[in-house]
Amino acid sequence: MINNINLIFPEIFISIFLMILLILGVFKKKSSSIIYNLSVLSLIILLALILNLPQNTTENLFNKSYVIDHLSIYMKLIMIASGIFVMLTSSKYLKIIKIYQIEYPVLLLSSILGMMIMVSSNDLIVFYMGLELQSLALYVLASFNRDNILSSESGLKYFILSALSSGILLYGCSLVYGFSGSTNFYLISENIEQIDYGVVFGMVFILTGLAFKISAVPFHMWAPDVYEGSPTSVTLFFSILPKIAALSVFIRFLYVPFINLFDQWQTIIIFLSIASMIFGAVAAIGQKNLKRLIAYSSIGHMGYALAGLSTGSNYGIQSSIIYISIYLIMNLALFSCLFMLRVQNKYYENIEDLSGISKNNPILSLTFLIVLFSLAGIPPLAGFFAKFYIFMAVIEQSMYSLAIIGLLSTVISAFYYLRIIKIIYFDSERFKYDKDHDLGLKLTLAASTLFLIFYFIYPNILTELINKINLIS
Amino acid sequence: MNFPILSSLILLPIIGSFFILFIKSTNKDNPSIKLLALFIGFANFLLSLYLWYQFDSSTHEFQFVENRKWLIGLVNYKIGVDGISILFILLTTLIILLCIISVNQNIKYRIKEFLISVLLMESLMIGVFCSLDLVIFYLFFEGGLIPMFLIIGIWGGERRVYSAFKFFLYTLLGSVLMLIAIISIYWITGTTDFVEIYEQGINVKYQKLLWLAFFSSFAVKTPMWPFHTWLPDAHVEAPTAGSVILAAILLKMAGYGFIRFSLGLFPNASEYFVPFVFLLSLIAIIYTSLVALMQEDMKKLIAYSSVAHMGFVTLGIFTFTQQGIEGSIIQMISHGLVSAALFLCVGVLYDRMHTRLIDKYGGIVSIMPRYAVVFMIFTLGAVGLPGTSGFIGEFLILIGTFQKNFLVAAIASLGIILAAAYMLWLYKRLFFGEIFNSDLKKMIDLNYSEIFILWTLGVLTVFFGFYPDPLLNTIEISVNNLIEVYNLNIQQTNIK
Repeated sequence: MINNINLIFPEIFISIFLMILLILGVFKKKSSSIIYNLSVLSLIILLALILNLPQNTTENLFNKSYVIDHLSIYMKLIMIASGIFVMLTSSKYLKIIKIYQIEYPVLLLSSILGMMIMVSSNDLIVFYMGLELQSLALYVLASFNRDNILSSESGLKYFILSALSSGILLYGCSLVYGFSGSTNFYLISENIEQIDYGVVFGMVFILTGLAFKISAVPFHMWAPDVYEGSPTSVTLFFSILPKIAALSVFIRFLYVPFINLFDQWQTIIIFLSIASMIFGAVAAIGQKNLKRLIAYSSIGHMGYALAGLSTGSNYGIQSSIIYISIYLIMNLALFSCLFMLRVQNKYYENIEDLSGISKNNPILSLTFLIVLFSLAGIPPLAGFFAKFYIFMAVIEQSMYSLAIIGLLSTVISAFYYLRIIKIIYFDSERFKYDKDHDLGLKLTLAASTLFLIFYFIYPNILTELINKINLIS
Repeated sequence: MNFPILSSLILLPIIGSFFILFIKSTNKDNPSIKLLALFIGFANFLLSLYLWYQFDSSTHEFQFVENRKWLIGLVNYKIGVDGISILFILLTTLIILLCIISVNQNIKYRIKEFLISVLLMESLMIGVFCSLDLVIFYLFFEGGLIPMFLIIGIWGGERRVYSAFKFFLYTLLGSVLMLIAIISIYWITGTTDFVEIYEQGINVKYQKLLWLAFFSSFAVKTPMWPFHTWLPDAHVEAPTAGSVILAAILLKMAGYGFIRFSLGLFPNASEYFVPFVFLLSLIAIIYTSLVALMQEDMKKLIAYSSVAHMGFVTLGIFTFTQQGIEGSIIQMISHGLVSAALFLCVGVLYDRMHTRLIDKYGGIVSIMPRYAVVFMIFTLGAVGLPGTSGFIGEFLILIGTFQKNFLVAAIASLGIILAAAYMLWLYKRLFFGEIFNSDLKKMIDLNYSEIFILWTLGVLTVFFGFYPDPLLNTIEISVNNLIEVYNLNIQQTNIK
């Protein structure tokens, strides 16, 4: 067993590094900048370590409770890469709102560690450990700006609701264990042969908990408040990394232990998907705060990702993964734009504040335009391809009503994206935003926007990475 | 492989707009931007003329085909032209060139962004007409929404936001259903390359639903009654160049789509839905002509007349006769020239008087005689007087329709009379009578660029009216083949 230890070397590395950083922070005064940069460096090393893992096998560790396969490696890669970009974009923001402290990067890293464990877990207990590690770090992060009442509120709200959902999830785990006799995913899958209502109940509770984590309707209530209240950098983190992790756990739960319950969970996922798509589109229309709007829009986007999962085919899983990959890039670009809405050390985040910025900040508004059209899924931008793959998978299974509802809700959601574009381009000017941004932010924005524009030239770039992820043999 | 002329037609405007993006426009009136745009427009026009010159009209096969791997395993980037599509490409490059020339008059601010939008529009529209793959087609078809939304929204009139939203959401709603149909076709036939699908055929039991999904997109874009309500709004609020692009090219994408996809891919369903399309077309012709008669706003009047003219086009397409379809194509080209010119003419008055209400004008003939002459040519073109290209189109369509159904043709002919009524009445109210509005006397007659644009269009209208052979020769073989394949399909299913 110990000879496979190199496979979890990335996790070991990041846990040790994180403790070193914590010690360094405690003993060295004014070390927040060093720690911040070191954590970015550690993420880059982590990325290299994961790339260094054997790419073409499925390895099971620790009595098959931990699995390194294509799915987990890919998900870890995009998580860590987006983690790097999140940190690059937000350093200046943190300095300006004065939360540039040593705990911040340490908490980010530990939450990433938790997610890595979640993504690789193949056992209910390991999974729950990872989940709690990432959630606990996130509670603190949400309320990190403790002088701000909204931030504290959002941290508390997130903590209470998330703890509740974790409780439900844990209850589900115990039911599944009780009725299937194992915590290991492979064994659960083998033991569920005839439909046992205990297992189905357990599965429903687990799915409820997971739906909460990716904020699918009707478990989305926390998202708008938490998104609005948390510091923008944390909101960016919230809107990307936990979703990737939860989606990948979703995939693993549905397609490994519960694959025999396909008929049972398909209806649930379809319901979650339709409800999220419609609700995300309709509720975003009335929003005034950009971060709240992004919360609703990400609820909608999760609906599309779930639509891919509901198909029960490898193609559907791959389409969901492509969707989340493109979604994270769009979100990175959108938040980078948000970080640029700054006048003399004050950040603006209302939609009205965008009024007429195309006059003074033409480049910024052009990127806004591209990102928003991409989010709306208008070709030839990358967002269209994300939806295209999802609907390919959905229609392959002849789920026409899901496809039609999904596409109609893209039309509704196009409305609120257009409304922002209207405010940027058609309204009269209000603010003149500063243009001195740090290199990391500019780099992230440029890279993500260029990706969104030029994705159509070589759209195989993602499919080639993903087409090895085959959970159904 | 030969020189990829079609790809260059698509890429040239995009590359050009990139260069324009990076030209600094610190001083308000940077001539280099306009010159560069003009150069690109002109180069593309010449390139498309060269394409026409090289085009072999003795075969119905697709020519200048380029096929590259794109979405591996799903979609190839495949483009090419045949007799049906090449004329639309020519129309696009010509109209865009004229639009760029006209920019001096009617766009007062953010000229740089405007030219970028127009050039992007050109690329996308050429892409629509030469794509040989359904997904590629959809990509270009939908992509056009972005620049058009901006053109209406940024440079439009007072209610521009409402119109831009209406335009965008209406067309998007229609198109998403088409996307579902395209993906379904992929899973039914295993390909989205429609040249292959032509050969393979689509199972009759799927055709009706797929036809309806495509119809929803094209009917909105055409626009057919009752899906036309976005058009008057969009036209009225769009700047002149925007209206011109909208009327002359954007609407043609739908007519082209009907011929290419509804007829080509779903022959049985098309046959089935003929009465439905005829009914909608007749309502469009008669009803919108009557509506046009009552308009007080010139642009709205011409917008409604566009709906009526496109009603003739759909009528002609769904006759499935050589004359009907050829007539429809000629009618689309002719309408592209005439309606573009009419919108430009309205723009000429609007630039001078800043109103489009017909009551405010009267007796212009003595103030702007040169303008009155060109306006007359286009009025007659819109009416379909013999000797203008409009006549050829409508005449052929009516011949085609008579072969199918006498009553439909008779009712459609009424539309021509109504067209004469509203166009000539418009002309009378604008140009004759007393000059009661003394402000009108300050108006200056056409300047050189306006003369150039309008006379180019005028000469073409009259030329094709007397000598339509260049157009007819280009499309004949392809249309012929289309109908043969169509009849073959219908016969086969009847035998089954």
